[in-house]
Amino acid sequence: MPASLTINGKAHSVDLPGDVPLLWVLRDEIGLTGTKYGCGVAACGACTVHIDGVAVRSCQVALEDVVGAVTTIEGLGTPEAMNVLQAAWAEHQVAQCGYCQSGQIMQAASLLAENPSPSDQDIDNAMMGNLCRCGTYPRIRAAIHAAAAKMQEA
Amino acid sequence: MASLRKFARRSFLIGSAAIAGGVAFGAYYVSRPAPNPLTPGEGEAVFNPFVAISKDKITLIAPRAEMGQGVQTTWAALIAEELDVTLDQVEVIHGPAAKAYYNTAMMGEVIPSKGYDKSSLMHAISEQLGVAGKLMDMQVTGGSTSMKDGFERMRAAGASARETLKQAAASRLGVKRSQLSTKDGKVIAPGNVEIAYTDLASEAAGLQPVEAPLRHRSEWKLLGKGQPRVDMPGKVTGTAQFGIDTRLPGMKFAALKANPHLGGGMRGFDAGEALQMPGVERVVDLGNAFAVVASNTWLAIQAAEMVEADWGPAPIPATQDGIRGAIRAAFDEAPNSTLRDDGDTSALPEGAQEITAEYEVPFLAHATMEPLNATALFDGTSLKLWSGNQSPLITRNHCAEALGIEAEQVEVITTLMGGGFGRRGEVDFSVRAARLAKEMQGTPVQLTWSREEDMSHDFYRPGAMARMRGAVKDGTAVLLDGQIASPVLLAQMMNRWFGMTPGGPDTAIVDGAFNQPYGIANFRIRGHAADLQVPVGAWRSVGASFNGFFLESFIDELAHAAQADPLEFRLDLTRREWDPAAKVLEAVKEMSGWTGRTPDGTGRGVAMTYSFGTPVAQVIEVADEDGMIRLKNAWIAADLGVALDPQNLEAQMFGGMAYGLSAAMFGEITFADGAAEQTNFPDYDGIRMHTMPAVEVKIIEAQEHIGGAGEPGTPPAAPALANAIFDLTGTRPKRLPLMHDFDLYS
Repeated sequence: MPASLTINGKAHSVDLPGDVPLLWVLRDEIGLTGTKYGCGVAACGACTVHIDGVAVRSCQVALEDVVGAVTTIEGLGTPEAMNVLQAAWAEHQVAQCGYCQSGQIMQAASLLAENPSPSDQDIDNAMMGNLCRCGTYPRIRAAIHAAAAKMQEA
Repeated sequence: MASLRKFARRSFLIGSAAIAGGVAFGAYYVSRPAPNPLTPGEGEAVFNPFVAISKDKITLIAPRAEMGQGVQTTWAALIAEELDVTLDQVEVIHGPAAKAYYNTAMMGEVIPSKGYDKSSLMHAISEQLGVAGKLMDMQVTGGSTSMKDGFERMRAAGASARETLKQAAASRLGVKRSQLSTKDGKVIAPGNVEIAYTDLASEAAGLQPVEAPLRHRSEWKLLGKGQPRVDMPGKVTGTAQFGIDTRLPGMKFAALKANPHLGGGMRGFDAGEALQMPGVERVVDLGNAFAVVASNTWLAIQAAEMVEADWGPAPIPATQDGIRGAIRAAFDEAPNSTLRDDGDTSALPEGAQEITAEYEVPFLAHATMEPLNATALFDGTSLKLWSGNQSPLITRNHCAEALGIEAEQVEVITTLMGGGFGRRGEVDFSVRAARLAKEMQGTPVQLTWSREEDMSHDFYRPGAMARMRGAVKDGTAVLLDGQIASPVLLAQMMNRWFGMTPGGPDTAIVDGAFNQPYGIANFRIRGHAADLQVPVGAWRSVGASFNGFFLESFIDELAHAAQADPLEFRLDLTRREWDPAAKVLEAVKEMSGWTGRTPDGTGRGVAMTYSFGTPVAQVIEVADEDGMIRLKNAWIAADLGVALDPQNLEAQMFGGMAYGLSAAMFGEITFADGAAEQTNFPDYDGIRMHTMPAVEVKIIEAQEHIGGAGEPGTPPAAPALANAIFDLTGTRPKRLPLMHDFDLYS
């Protein structure tokens, strides 16, 4: 059944069963591969995207249930024009293997949207669902604080 | 075999060999005997297998697996340092699978010496052995060897290319090469004449290569300083291409399902229902597994669940107790190795107090964030494979064999890896994609393992047990006699890679125990190889991942028995044996403000492990929070000899520790009927933002030789935490994961 989606400000029409998770619509149908498959059961956060600005696990949102505008890591910024969080991530040299970082950044973006100056405890609460097997957490924390400070200045 | 002998002979010659299809270049012996795999384009100069310059760009080849450790950046920096380019002026690529890219350091690791006490002669022998790596297609990333391998020869490759470019400029300008200098990708001539390297490419391509001595470290501009990683912009913007992101025109998406009973066969399957499901196109028999091919990975995974397969049984004990029993039974057999036997451990020194202890650790999965996958296209004659792997030539050879084609007909494109940790040195995921592609001739297909398939078909970190006996007297250790039992590991890996099983000691069983720099007069370590067919492989730090826990838990027990401070106890023992090990302990003592006393509700533990050429000490601090044990702080000191990129090394050290802590706290794979009982992160969790301690890292450069970075941060993590928990609770952790015996904050 054809479905219409708005992703990163662009309209898309896809013809897939309604129960296909948004993750797999993005990756295999639309070709937006920045959003990652890690576990398929909402236990790792690698697939985090925004729907109307709120972080969701795209592996758990069926195509037929997507109501609202979808933003993926590709919609946040580009290598040439990074979003403030992406720039902070680069500044702090956060990524190691990098596979989980799209999800980490989308989760952090959602946090800063509702809490412009999060405490360490706020960061713990917001980020605990995002697994990183390389253990980049200290630099993720530093990058979130730095991005928050930068946004306050602006 | 004639060619093998010829290669062996030639590889020791300096000054021979032209390079096919490019410039004859002589900077360094390893670039000579193996053909240069780079074919220069029109007007392009290929200086050696690592530097290519065209009129448009400078390309550096970093033929090592980028799985997060930052190897491509530091490898490129080695070349760039001598070439006089900045990393933002060049493109860094992995390049093709080729003999010229063999790892010269990997084979040297097979010498069962302690390492830290290696003489110059032993180092030389290691290097000569390393040359044999080319014969064995050892283009391998592993063993924390990349910088040992590349440190001299990559700088030499850069220096030679630089001097050859200067020669080209000298010829053009009619001046002497000695009148020229280089900077930022340009040759600079008297009178401020500047010529870009790219402008000199076609002239340089016709020249004999010029050799040049390496610069002294005081002249370094890039090395020794943190470099922005070349893969960082892609990884923070979702544009980095991992293997799983490979997208080709007309590509199909497939899901794998293999026999969960490890090592068992497949008697048959009924795909009738699966074939009726949306998007499903085919179900392909892969021998002991099948693949569902569909228009979407998720549809393929769903359909794979609906296939009724008749799986054969696993050739391993049916229960976890049976598996543990098989490991324990190895203690009753003659030792597989006695790689340390100092003094006399048969008798208790007079007046000494004897202490004994047993420890046990479980099997572990690698659980890379990117599930295993590979993409392949077979056109009827040749195979093209996109695979995130740590062993491209071995991968190529196995794919060729599986398809019955020549190795030269297989092209391996090594992608970025969403974690490797040793798992991606295996060839299974690549070979399965290749087999599937053969059944789908002309159509590219991506074969993805679900998280459940990935976790339940690993080559696991082996479970292991230790029986330790020691003695203390006058506040110090006078005897340490350890036995470690674990399944055969190296033989399994070598058999999978090369179809042969080496004899001799399995160093993996005792690595991190026999070679620890402790001066204990009576010191023996014996390894016992268990005959167990659970698939096992290299897991970040391999044997040191369990021996670090065994030895450093026991050293802690000895210190307490001797009524000594655990850190001072270790300082005393290391100072007698190898000073760099003492230095890292002194560093964490100072960083953590170690006093040997902790307030109520706080516990601190220390551990030091020497592995992969690098001593690493860690202090971990835990606190009692409402009855739960929470990790608060960690201090790490490591001696790398030469710290090529301190910022990246810091990341490797705390990342390695985090990997070790994940396993120590929560990691465990158990088996029932030969199948793994943990299949996804809810039952195989790792450390997370709220459970990770604050961490401080110090990189030291005291030892003479360059040390490894990717693995040595892992082994001390579990014992440092266990020792901290003992300090907090008074209960000595004897087995991992700790979550079974302690209430951990999570």
